[in-house]
Amino acid sequence: MSWTTADPMVSLKDVHKSFGELKVLNGVSLDVMKGDVICIIGPSGSGKSTLIRCINALNDIQQGSILVEGQEVNDPKVDKLELRKKVGMVFQQYNLFPHKTALQNVMMAPVRVLKQDKVKVEEVARALIKKVRLEGKENAYPGELSGGQQQRVAIARSLAMQPDVILFDEVTAALDPETVGEVLQTIKDLAEDGMTCILVTHEMAFAREVADHIYFTDRGVIVEHGPPETFFQNAQDPRTKEFLSQIL
Amino acid sequence: MEMVYEWFRTLYQETGINLPFLYDEYDRNRMIDGLFTTIKLSLVCLFFSIIIGVIGAWLQGSSFKWTRRFVSGYIQLFRNTPPLVQLYFFYFAIGTLLPRVENDWGGQSPIFGSFAWAAISLSFFAGAFNVEIFRSGIEAVPKSTVEAAEALGFSKLQIYRDITLPLAFRVVLPALNNNLVNLVKTTTLAYAIAVPEMLYEANQIWSDNVNVTEMMVFLLLAYFVLVGILVSGMNRWERAMKIPGYG
Repeated sequence: MSWTTADPMVSLKDVHKSFGELKVLNGVSLDVMKGDVICIIGPSGSGKSTLIRCINALNDIQQGSILVEGQEVNDPKVDKLELRKKVGMVFQQYNLFPHKTALQNVMMAPVRVLKQDKVKVEEVARALIKKVRLEGKENAYPGELSGGQQQRVAIARSLAMQPDVILFDEVTAALDPETVGEVLQTIKDLAEDGMTCILVTHEMAFAREVADHIYFTDRGVIVEHGPPETFFQNAQDPRTKEFLSQIL
Repeated sequence: MEMVYEWFRTLYQETGINLPFLYDEYDRNRMIDGLFTTIKLSLVCLFFSIIIGVIGAWLQGSSFKWTRRFVSGYIQLFRNTPPLVQLYFFYFAIGTLLPRVENDWGGQSPIFGSFAWAAISLSFFAGAFNVEIFRSGIEAVPKSTVEAAEALGFSKLQIYRDITLPLAFRVVLPALNNNLVNLVKTTTLAYAIAVPEMLYEANQIWSDNVNVTEMMVFLLLAYFVLVGILVSGMNRWERAMKIPGYG
């Protein structure tokens, strides 16, 4: 059975994950269709980050199934390179390679991992840097860029691998308030281009604006989910209501 | 140059300060050979000890228990024994066990000469320290940076070569400098197995000329300058490797 775009691009079924004794995910299921933008929100320690880290096999799971374009991730024989070509990831702490310039950071994976032609990669990388509005910063090292600029380089670096879906792990949580906007704008551009995005975020206004679907997690389970309008205005579960009342 | 040679000959005649390698061609050639042997031995050992350090540190991150045990056994053995004893061990114990080969004159000679054994022994000696030095640098690279590379599809080896090692290298340069300085100084031990390096040649000269004091002063200064050149080279390298806005 081969995967088609009518099937979910990412599909989690009854995912359980624990770190030793500590149970982090207790049976999470969700589906993401191609072109969807979903936001996962919830209190800290509720397993949001772990959840998306499992999707590209940075964390393994103990039980359940994670399918990315029909390919099972929870399988010791999974081709991680194939998986990571499809799934990009942007981190809270940017995690750029500090010894490489912005341009080199973007070029590195396509050249080293995909063995693409350097001249062509550079062309693409320059276009991506322009797309994240960092023209002129190509030769700056990460240490010379602001947090927001670094995060946009990280987004460009992820895009350079031409992923089918990108995971965003609290990408604005470490930023100064005034640079949050520029990063969110970049993600919004991507969403408008039809990129499939899975975001863990605390930016409620942003989630409301760009998400097709919102998931609220608490203590390792999805408590409630729905399209943003109903979710924010008409939350049913008391835990969701309490969480929303605290941050809105 | 003749004038300089003459000046030192006169110095000897008038004051008794005897530096024959500055006016006598035979002694001069011995001293130059010694200097170049020291430089050659140092460079060979520098190179191989760094290679051993890089590979050893990579193997220490292996998921096989026995690989890690083998590397730490090697480190313990070479760190906890005197380098002179190691040198003798390689030259006299291992060297005599190896098969002999026919030399140019039809006689039998060992497969490795004293220079080769000195190079092998000292490379392993300094290499053991380099493994530990590189490991400390690798541990200083944030796990999250490695994770980012993993998420981009880099293989373990690519991460080590392109991310971990270049970053670790910058962290460990001061410690590495120390060890390499020590290594250059330790090459004098090769004297004990008759490698014709600087100390050995100086000994030859003072045996012939009975000028121990002058040769000792000269040796001290010669090593001071030689190591000084290495240190300034390493310092320049350290500066050149500096990343803007990092560390």
